[in-house]
Amino acid sequence: MDKFTKVTGVATPLMRQNVDTDLIIRIERLVDNVTREGLGPYCFEQIRFKPDGSEDPDCIFNQAPYRDAPIILSRENFGCGSSREGAVWALKGMGIKAVIAPYFGDIFNNNCFQNGLLPVALPIHEIEQLADEMTASPGNARITVDLENCQVISPTGRTIPFQVDARRQHAMLNGLDDIALTLSRRDEIEAWQASDKGTRPWVWL
Amino acid sequence: MGKTLFDNIWDSHVITDLGNGFVLLHIDRLLLHDMSGGKALKEAIDKGYPPAQPRLIYGTPDHTMSTRPGRDEFTHPPGLPLIKSMRETTSAYGIKLFDLGQDGQGIVHVMGPEQGLTLPGTTLVCGDSHTSTHGGMGALAFGIGSSELVHVIATQTMVQRKPKRMRASFEGKLMPGVTAKDMILHLIGELGTAAGTGYSVEYAGSAVRALPVEARLTLCNLTIEMGARTGMVAPDDTTYEYLNDRDYAPKGAMWDRAVAHWRTLPSDPDAEFDREHTVEMKNVAPQITWGTSPEHVIAVDRAIPDPHTGPEEKRGAWEAALQYQGLEPGKPIEGTPVDWVFIGSCTNSRLSDLRAAAEIVKGRHKADHVTAWVVPGSVRIKAEAEAEGLDRVFLEAGFEWREPGCSMCLASNGERVPPGKRSVSTSNRNFVGRQGPGARTHLASPAMAAAAAIKGAIADVRKI
Ligand code: SF4
Repeated sequence: MDKFTKVTGVATPLMRQNVDTDLIIRIERLVDNVTREGLGPYCFEQIRFKPDGSEDPDCIFNQAPYRDAPIILSRENFGCGSSREGAVWALKGMGIKAVIAPYFGDIFNNNCFQNGLLPVALPIHEIEQLADEMTASPGNARITVDLENCQVISPTGRTIPFQVDARRQHAMLNGLDDIALTLSRRDEIEAWQASDKGTRPWVWL
Repeated sequence: MGKTLFDNIWDSHVITDLGNGFVLLHIDRLLLHDMSGGKALKEAIDKGYPPAQPRLIYGTPDHTMSTRPGRDEFTHPPGLPLIKSMRETTSAYGIKLFDLGQDGQGIVHVMGPEQGLTLPGTTLVCGDSHTSTHGGMGALAFGIGSSELVHVIATQTMVQRKPKRMRASFEGKLMPGVTAKDMILHLIGELGTAAGTGYSVEYAGSAVRALPVEARLTLCNLTIEMGARTGMVAPDDTTYEYLNDRDYAPKGAMWDRAVAHWRTLPSDPDAEFDREHTVEMKNVAPQITWGTSPEHVIAVDRAIPDPHTGPEEKRGAWEAALQYQGLEPGKPIEGTPVDWVFIGSCTNSRLSDLRAAAEIVKGRHKADHVTAWVVPGSVRIKAEAEAEGLDRVFLEAGFEWREPGCSMCLASNGERVPPGKRSVSTSNRNFVGRQGPGARTHLASPAMAAAAAIKGAIADVRKI
């Protein structure tokens, strides 16, 4: 897994509620033989492009300072909807390193931590203020998301703390793979299974 | 303090406590489908992690192949590599695959309960958010992402944090025309799509106890649409009757032992929940969604909501939804012309769903301008429906009778509602572009969808 320690850059204020995974990546793109890394161009395609395939200049992702922004600011329930991890791969493919929203879809939130994309939960008034500071000086404003110290630094230098599970923070800072960690407990798993075969033999076909 | 059904299952599956609120949880069943199954198996194998417990893994293709009558894996070529990879990887490890054209193939959330693979008290995961469906059997079931999928293949466990508990009780009797689909849409309308985030949900109350298993599966199916990963109904005699004699269910003395165990699972009378919500069934009418989120839902005899009279923080979303859907606030939703009707998906493609739709359709004909599809949830359901003559009812009414699969629920097999066209669908998501770019989706029960096909417009099933 990619490590994540800190990112500084432009944040795109995509200030809508319930940004669902269908909006982030259309399902056909995951059927087509596109690689994970190749999903970036299709991220948010339904709002980035017009039906004729040309860029929609009204879409914030197509506007100058935000085009290569590594951070997204959004409203409640970002990443709701399906379990497709392609949503996270597409965001990463588009260069996104962190998403800041009041809260996230549960499965999307887990998927982020599996891929080194940091979901940061902040109260909505903080996000609105961050968005205001971004738009107040487009081109110059930068936001820092610092996982080591669990803080966001706003364009005007305000420090806003956020919370993250210690276990996940550690795994992300070090790019650790969950599977290897779990398999180091193989003995415990096998002991549990042996005892379960006695209690619930019908589960073990 | 007593324990909840959820606690009982969760606690008994904890292998070890990892600290910081995380535990290592044993997973009893992993179900795979073609969108992610073959890829995840291949990824695990390539990383040097072959399946730890191949006999606890089952698969079936459903998402990417055509449902055209007489289809095979070549009918929709883009899905072919996914199906092939699923075949290769499952057969290499002796994982049971209910393959295309075989008995048992079907939408993965239909297949599990139908085959008796989904058992009360088990933990079950699948790379699909509607895995919550299996909770209707009293299983702790939830959808997972691809990385988690690889983790389960490699270890038969998951690293998880215990969610909070919510109980949603439905009290009273179902009013005419009301189904489990209407119950859950009504609940989502009341609570919103984020109410369940961070919770596991138990559905309870007299109306839930009275529901047959297939309806409980529908109820649990939409749990994820209110933000919760898992929803469940306590197992009871209705469950055991449904399960008895299913292919993979325990038999004989083992069955008796299993039932005795399952009877210990339901929540204690004094069990405490972090959140409780009660719905009075007398207030639940047949539902239809009007917007682009499952919470955008109203009773079919109501007017399309006006963003200016709704909650202020939702105004923008409502306006955008009405614009996308091409609807005018304040007008009755009933009578809105419809172009497509889709009866199917893991929400509503079981035999009882097809019967409910057929009852409305029988002796009538669909409106000329409507394209109406019926896509049974599994090979077995299709055969059972045909044995009852339901296929004739639909075909004579001008509907298409198709092969089992996900089809137009998410259009990942190229079966789409055309741009700008309006569809009444028995599936579970009305997101922007879900049924195809520009498609306008209204979610409803099978009977409501059938009524819309007959009338050529959104219709109140109670008036048919
Ligand atoms: S029917 Fe729809 S929601 Fe259900 S598994 Fe298939 S695609 Fe997912």
